[in-house]
Amino acid sequence: MTAIARLRRTIARVRDHDLWHDFTASRITVAAAAVTLAIVLAALFAPWITPQNPFDPAELDLLDAFTPPVWAEGGDWRFVLGTDDQGRDLYSAMLHGARISLLVGFASVLLAAAIGVTLGLVAGYSGGAVDATIMRIADIQISFPAILIALLIDGVARGVLPRDRHDELALYVLVFAIGASGWVQFARTVRGSTLVEKNREYVQAARVIGVRPAAIVLRHVLPNAMGPVLVIATIGLAVAILTEATLSFLGVGVPPTQPSLGTLIDIGQDFLFSGEWWIVVFPGVLLAALILAVNLLGDWLRDAFNPKLRKGVAR
Amino acid sequence: MIALVIRRLLQSIVVMLAVALIGFTLFRYVGDPVAQMVGQETSLQERAELRERLGLNDAVAVQFGRYVGDIARGRFGISYAIDRPVADLIAERLPATLELSFVAALFALIAGIPMGVYTALHPTRLLTRVFLTISLIGISLPTFFIGILLILVFGVWLGLLPTFGRGAVVDLGLWTTGLLTASGWKSILMPAFTLGMFQLTLIMRLVRSEMLEVLRTDYIKFARARGLTDRAVNFGHALKNTLVPVITITGLQLGSIIAFAIITETVFQWPGMGLLFLQAIQFADIPVMASYLVLIALFFVVINLAVDILYHVVDPRLRIDRGVEAG
Amino acid sequence: MSAPLLEVEDLRVEFPTRRGTLVAVDGVSFSIARGEVLGMVGESGAGKSLTGNAVIGLLEPPGRIAAGTVRLAGERIDGLPHEAIRRIRGRRIGAIFQDPLTSLNPLYTVGEQIVETVLTHLDVGARAARRRALELLGEVGIPAAAERIDHYPHQFSGGMRQRVVIALALCAEPELIIADEPTTALDVSIQAQIIRLLRRLSAERGASVLLITHDMGVIAETADRVAVMYAGRIAEIGPVRDVLKAPLHPYTRGLMDAIPAVGRDVDSLAQIDGAMPRLHEIPAGCAFHPRCPSAVAACGRDRPDLAPSGATEVACWLYRPEPAHGR
Repeated sequence: MTAIARLRRTIARVRDHDLWHDFTASRITVAAAAVTLAIVLAALFAPWITPQNPFDPAELDLLDAFTPPVWAEGGDWRFVLGTDDQGRDLYSAMLHGARISLLVGFASVLLAAAIGVTLGLVAGYSGGAVDATIMRIADIQISFPAILIALLIDGVARGVLPRDRHDELALYVLVFAIGASGWVQFARTVRGSTLVEKNREYVQAARVIGVRPAAIVLRHVLPNAMGPVLVIATIGLAVAILTEATLSFLGVGVPPTQPSLGTLIDIGQDFLFSGEWWIVVFPGVLLAALILAVNLLGDWLRDAFNPKLRKGVAR
Repeated sequence: MIALVIRRLLQSIVVMLAVALIGFTLFRYVGDPVAQMVGQETSLQERAELRERLGLNDAVAVQFGRYVGDIARGRFGISYAIDRPVADLIAERLPATLELSFVAALFALIAGIPMGVYTALHPTRLLTRVFLTISLIGISLPTFFIGILLILVFGVWLGLLPTFGRGAVVDLGLWTTGLLTASGWKSILMPAFTLGMFQLTLIMRLVRSEMLEVLRTDYIKFARARGLTDRAVNFGHALKNTLVPVITITGLQLGSIIAFAIITETVFQWPGMGLLFLQAIQFADIPVMASYLVLIALFFVVINLAVDILYHVVDPRLRIDRGVEAG
Repeated sequence: MSAPLLEVEDLRVEFPTRRGTLVAVDGVSFSIARGEVLGMVGESGAGKSLTGNAVIGLLEPPGRIAAGTVRLAGERIDGLPHEAIRRIRGRRIGAIFQDPLTSLNPLYTVGEQIVETVLTHLDVGARAARRRALELLGEVGIPAAAERIDHYPHQFSGGMRQRVVIALALCAEPELIIADEPTTALDVSIQAQIIRLLRRLSAERGASVLLITHDMGVIAETADRVAVMYAGRIAEIGPVRDVLKAPLHPYTRGLMDAIPAVGRDVDSLAQIDGAMPRLHEIPAGCAFHPRCPSAVAACGRDRPDLAPSGATEVACWLYRPEPAHGR
């Protein structure tokens, strides 16, 4: 079989698949995927597709400060979406900000997933007191909002870490705070599927022939839990981005030298009353669009992985 | 029933002790309490005396016991940043936060439940799409951004509503309320909407999905087969069964509202506990942080307890006061 | 003989799906006389329950009646406005579903559920409705009804709950009772009691029964006539005695051969090879022909209609001249 024929077959199989069918059937989902992809790509290539490096003071000119968007009176084509109080090009600042937001978002979700999946596997596979302890902690933590946990971790870090190194470590603290506040859903789901898989015949068989528990878990149990984990991770990404933005808006998130979208909104809030609305509105809209798109993708994934919700063939 | 309450109470006490332990650990080990309390020029001798006087040299268990005893009596220590008793600070701020949370929760319930019911009963109507779109936006728009947009439109552009503070408040002795003055009500509108919006979408989505689930059950099908009116089926049967899980989650959300008030209070400069907590974090003011944590945990635990009991009152299956016939 | 109570003619139930329209009930015709018990048997998926649901207008969307008529006492009741068919349900046609454990709303006492149904359909006061509920509970054989009336469903056993369900179906004295697998979920020892109760109560009231089941034994004991369904169509319909003693359709014969009887060697039980086709792969001609031991050429080509053969009607080419080729 030639490579092209194989490729064609693969494409045909993907297009025949229910997931693909569901995906293309929902115009909103396609749009959400497009928006997400566009924002991620724009953020990824921000340094090359923006006219200015908003972090470099040398590139800023205070004379450009408070330039309105280009369609408003006094607009300037160099600053399509206007500038802030420092003369920073808002378009450049937003893409760089989205970069930070996405970076923190992805890193926190990875951390949350790593903690949650590990604890879930351990809890589900070992059972007994280990299971009870882990799940009890999870129960208590889940009853408090993630933002509160993240705030608390952040606050403690401020007390523990040396003050002069705080800005330098802020990003790591933030990722840790958000990641540690989001592991519970992963752990619960993975524990659930582990309990189911644990008693399947093939796992029992593997155990009987003496395969090590860790190997069983990694080879047999984990792959079966990947679908739900992906769903939680997607929705978790939206939550993580939102949490980061909120913390930064509250002034306890990323350091002001590396403004994320939340920081930009925080800065812009000061100029609400003096009429420079664009400084706050544009970053806010981008942030909302990003979270909305990721949420929509998550919703779709959840429905697609949940056969109960899928409209099946009637009996 | 009584056994249940006692069991729940014991569990609550365990949770509170765990939280108190976290609070104590923060208080005792994050930074040095003595260094926070004295000036640079205090001698080592004086420091050691203070240490002894504060009981910091006692066994850790004794210190923890003392800490629990203190907070149980409302002694939360002295704020590092403001140099006043934390209990006073909280007592000043509590009414503002509770009023805001209460109005927000009421708004979320009063709007959220009917919207959820409507979208479940009429899944294809235009208004359902509108509601669902609102809910998606409500979940995706960051709370603080909703607040900012409201300020921009109603405060700055239209000049209709005040953009910060509680307005005129009435002092009732232990409690200050903004709900007795017109300016107080005007001031609470935007913050309560901002705070309630997220909960509203949550409640609406929850009611919708629970109701859709209940509408698929056999007893609803049988209720229809008995020829009951749509009204009786939808509201007497489906909604009542929907509300059982909704009560639980909504109750638990009340706690989150108080916690989420941090964000809203920041946007609207609402003089509540959230603002206090946030300032405490920025200044690493551990006594305030620890106290806030304990207090929030107390709210959560009390609400949890109330919800559990309510749940048992609503759902006869959980009442064990009558014998179940065997076979 | 007077006009039949229920006449179903050429009923067709369709489910539009992404992969095309599925025909779940295809050209089904039958009638039930007043006071008669018609059994309807078939494997799960044969379209029995859908037929019952179609009669009382409770098909779950997207399922719909695509063709045919349903007449109750001579009046068409298919396609009636929502409110009109609701008034018939419970009042003129009572329904009993398979699972008594889930047919009752767990949040209401059984008394409340009966009273509610009585009040919906009959012009009586609350006190009279409760009296009637008590009577009914006694009639369906609930001991200590005066006490049990205020109990919740979870306090009853499965068999007792099914008695309550029967009381609910009978409480407005309907002319027709549709009982959909009323005993499947129950213990074998209780099944016979429930069937006998159903039979007795309907006979006392002169009500007709459409008894849907996959259990030939239940049919033999209860029904006057029986309709055998296969893949959404009626294969054979006739007096129970005739059909059971001398089944005509090869599928019915297969069913009878598969029933173990006392004194018969289990090894001699025959099984029909293969399985009933799924809805999207029903073959052309007679739906049974791929599994039929006596299939002839016409079976794969033309669909046989029901035609009389003695007191029975059967849809099979074996009992009539084969159609000419190329039709």
